[in-house]
Amino acid sequence: MRQDLTHIQQWIEPGTRVLDLGCGDGEFLQQLREQRGVIGTGLEIDPDNINGAVGRGLNIIEQNMDEGLSNFPDDSFDTVVMAHALQAVHYPDRILDEMLRIGRECVVTFPNFGHWRCRWYLSTRGRMPVSRFMPYTWYDTPNIHFCTVRDFEALCQEKGIKILARDMVGNTSREPLLASVWPNLFALTAIYHITR
Amino acid sequence: MADHNTQSVGLVVPQTVLFEQPLTLACGRELAPYELIFETYGELNADHSNAVLVCHALSGHHHAAGYHSEEDRKPGWWDECIGPGKPIDTNRFFVVSLNNIGGCHGSTGPTSINPDTGKPWGPDFPSLRVRDWVTSQARLADHLGINCWAAIVGGSLGGMQAMRWALEYPERVKHCVVIASALKLSAQNIAFNEIARQAIHADPGFAGGHYLEQNTVPAKGLALARMVGHVTYLSDDAMASKFGRDLRTGSFEQGVENPVEFQVQSYLRYQGSQFSENFDANTYMLMTRALDYFDLAREYGDDPVAAFSKASCSFLVVSFSTDWRFSPARSQEIVDALIASGRSVTYANIAADEGHDAFLLPIPRYIELFSAYMSRVGEEH
Repeated sequence: MRQDLTHIQQWIEPGTRVLDLGCGDGEFLQQLREQRGVIGTGLEIDPDNINGAVGRGLNIIEQNMDEGLSNFPDDSFDTVVMAHALQAVHYPDRILDEMLRIGRECVVTFPNFGHWRCRWYLSTRGRMPVSRFMPYTWYDTPNIHFCTVRDFEALCQEKGIKILARDMVGNTSREPLLASVWPNLFALTAIYHITR
Repeated sequence: MADHNTQSVGLVVPQTVLFEQPLTLACGRELAPYELIFETYGELNADHSNAVLVCHALSGHHHAAGYHSEEDRKPGWWDECIGPGKPIDTNRFFVVSLNNIGGCHGSTGPTSINPDTGKPWGPDFPSLRVRDWVTSQARLADHLGINCWAAIVGGSLGGMQAMRWALEYPERVKHCVVIASALKLSAQNIAFNEIARQAIHADPGFAGGHYLEQNTVPAKGLALARMVGHVTYLSDDAMASKFGRDLRTGSFEQGVENPVEFQVQSYLRYQGSQFSENFDANTYMLMTRALDYFDLAREYGDDPVAAFSKASCSFLVVSFSTDWRFSPARSQEIVDALIASGRSVTYANIAADEGHDAFLLPIPRYIELFSAYMSRVGEEH
């Protein structure tokens, strides 16, 4: 289970309705169902992931969130989750608006491009960072909208989005503390619990 | 039997049941008595909770899986999906497949004798709507001791029956599987059906539908109707890869007058003539009209969300990328209404070149998805 997903669980109330945007093979929704009795729906576009998630007995809709979410009514879910997809969508700001329309609360996770390694890579080599964590080159990456922790919080402020809680995941056992004190430098993954 | 496929349900014997109690039809007329022919595959469990109803499409019938005799070359029409280890797994489910009333494969229909006249019903058979089939299927369920279906499954017109079930008998169905279907027909869909009906009408052998009494056969009209229909079941890509512009006879050699026939021409004619030997023209009229009349949300103020609010089952909706008869957009209308009404729904749009016909074919992703969903149905019953 990816680390950001275990962090998210604490914010999901038992027995609530959760929409997971880009749910992969449904591992997270299955865990939420088993451990917290959550009623989940997943959105996914990858055929193998869809079949995998259906095999787990989950409700999955094949739908590309980049083409809109207008078929989901206002307040139809308690929580809308989008893990590690914000940086890959065409209009991150519009998706956030849609998530907050559909769900009472939302959880968003994304890789922090402000991490010191990214900055070091860019400043010393003068090239877009490539790492085990972000293995793509600039021209073939699905990650077209990287942002930093500060960028995200600035967008929340601009849009009047309330940050209920945040959690920062650092690189190694040394860094968790650093990640929470200086997230924009030391968080690899930023996790936000937000609402209108 | 063509081969000794271990995944076949093997030899099957159709059964017929006679219903004496009149069936009041949507058109206001009554049908009594009437017979339904059906087949079953697998075993009904002790608490009768593992039954799956298969609803057939426009030209379908009760023989969905297995073989009727050792000499049969082809199995039932949905043998790809029904059998041991197949999506509708007969090791797990008790499967019921019937021929709907109005059909021409053994259930009461236009070729049956009208008890009032002693002659075949022919064109005087009452007009039918999808809900009439659903009502008669519910009576068959009563007869078989099935109070609640683990799943009702159908492709195309069969999917419409499954959806109508979910609204008419919400307490009697747990899962509804709707494949390559739609909430209602478009003007284009109706137009193609009308061309098919006009082709039948135009055949002098049709004799206003009284061909059985007059001993004529509207074979050409029915074949033409099927040819039109068949084109709508295939995609442009499928026809291109299957036939392209290949010639069956003749050539375009300069200076030679050599009558040319494309492969696609002879294929369509063969499909048409095969069909006209095995299908009744009045049934084709009746079934295409039922398809035209179907509109799931009509009585719910034309609001599919209000309609699905009556349902309580979970839904699997499947479409195929190149299906232009009931395109993915039509399935998405179903899905959107289900989401908006708060129903439990899973949807997949399968990439397939085969058009509408894809729902009958063993496309790996489709079979895997269908199997995965039916496993869930099996675990929940």
